[in-house]
Amino acid sequence: MSPDLLDWTAGAERLVFEACGGCGRVRYFRRPFCPACGSQAVEARIASGRGTVYAATTVVRAPSAELRAFAPYGIALVDAAEGFRFMAHAADGLRIGDPVATAFRTFGSRLVPFCQPAGDP
Amino acid sequence: MSAVTGVGLTPFGRLEGQDTLALMSRAATAALADAELERRDVDGLVCGYSTTLPHLMLSTVFAEHFGLAPRYAHAMQLGGATGFGLVMLAHALADAGTARRILVVAGENRLTGQSRDAAIQTLAQVGHPVYEVPLGPTIPAYYGLVASRYMHEFGATEADFAELAVLMRANAARMPGAHLTAPLTVADVLASKPIATPLKLADCCPVSDGAAAFVIEREEPGRDAIRIRGTGQAHRHQHVTAAGPVGAFGAAEAAGRALGAAGVALADIRYGAIYDSFTVTLAILLEELGLAPRGGAGRLAREGRFAPDGALPLNTHGGLLSYGHCGVAGAMAHAVEAVRQMRGEAGDRQVARPALALLHGDGGVLSSHVSLVLEATR
Repeated sequence: MSPDLLDWTAGAERLVFEACGGCGRVRYFRRPFCPACGSQAVEARIASGRGTVYAATTVVRAPSAELRAFAPYGIALVDAAEGFRFMAHAADGLRIGDPVATAFRTFGSRLVPFCQPAGDP
Repeated sequence: MSAVTGVGLTPFGRLEGQDTLALMSRAATAALADAELERRDVDGLVCGYSTTLPHLMLSTVFAEHFGLAPRYAHAMQLGGATGFGLVMLAHALADAGTARRILVVAGENRLTGQSRDAAIQTLAQVGHPVYEVPLGPTIPAYYGLVASRYMHEFGATEADFAELAVLMRANAARMPGAHLTAPLTVADVLASKPIATPLKLADCCPVSDGAAAFVIEREEPGRDAIRIRGTGQAHRHQHVTAAGPVGAFGAAEAAGRALGAAGVALADIRYGAIYDSFTVTLAILLEELGLAPRGGAGRLAREGRFAPDGALPLNTHGGLLSYGHCGVAGAMAHAVEAVRQMRGEAGDRQVARPALALLHGDGGVLSSHVSLVLEATR
């Protein structure tokens, strides 16, 4: 694991995943071992942010007063080009199967990944 | 073998002035009376959790409050799957001889004991705290994601989902104590306000106050009872981001284990008690369990298959969608109704008395699965 490779969850404009040096599997939720084979030879890698929309919803009823001002906002599950799945905010109108690229935006007090149609500036 | 010998259920909805322990006590009192037992007869206690009374030791808090001195006590946390998980645990305890007469109880004032925002935020925490929750999802949003993919893969429509909400509301109209009873049409569901697309308000269960309880005992030969024939679980993911393909979430695996333990074929099941936190939950579970073809749950509901006079009556009390959802006791209400139907004690809701019922609950985002097969022994 490369603990110094920060991602958006720590405020860095970056999407990071892990690849196992033992079995080669990739995953999104970082941990210091491979849950598939148990190897501790895991490597953090920076993802391209490119992917395909797997599922999408528009949240109309936000969970808290802090986030209500942002609603409605889109949330998608995206299948990354590198083979892992991640949750991100989604631009209006994104549909399942659409190719996307990932930017970052502030949401409440946090930085979050924001997927837009691939090819947009 | 073990048997359900007593059931207790409070009304669900807005029950002002009753906290978790008061509601649990009410349901427990009813279940003991139904089983014709006294407090001193109870030697096992298994209970769920309460979001309005978070505690490290809810089972023994309740034991002291209600006046029990069990030889075994245990509080379980498995989200919406907890209620049926508790039945499975009680069955195993009775089978092993760990305890002979086990009280299963859960309840909470989820509606009136906290603000709506607090309830929604607590529930959203089943999401991943680092990779999901900061994005501002809600429970309906997690299920909205699943629903979008389900519709994409299997061709189901929002009108198909609506059929399930309409059926649950029609059932609740015949059930004393139901939270939501106002007549509901497919058009009403489609016109209800969006919550997390494609899910609308009428696709979502309400937040309710309420409680439910059972007594589960070692089966005594010759006694008429509702026997627990088989149980099974499956747990394949926690977070929706880590979930497998839609339709292979673990429901079929859990049910296969329960039916296998029971030695019963799915085709012999005559009553369904299936978790319905959202219309899409019910659709996906019915289909993964093999009770409807892929994408076809709404169509079968429209055709009457799941109606009280249909081939497979379903949640005849109105389910979570209309009887209501107060947490752990939400699914337990499904089991109380199944037992009443199997005993022939469902009053004007009584369907052709089912000999075999399949119960299935899920927790999280279709994450944890528990199936039960119940049999009426006479």
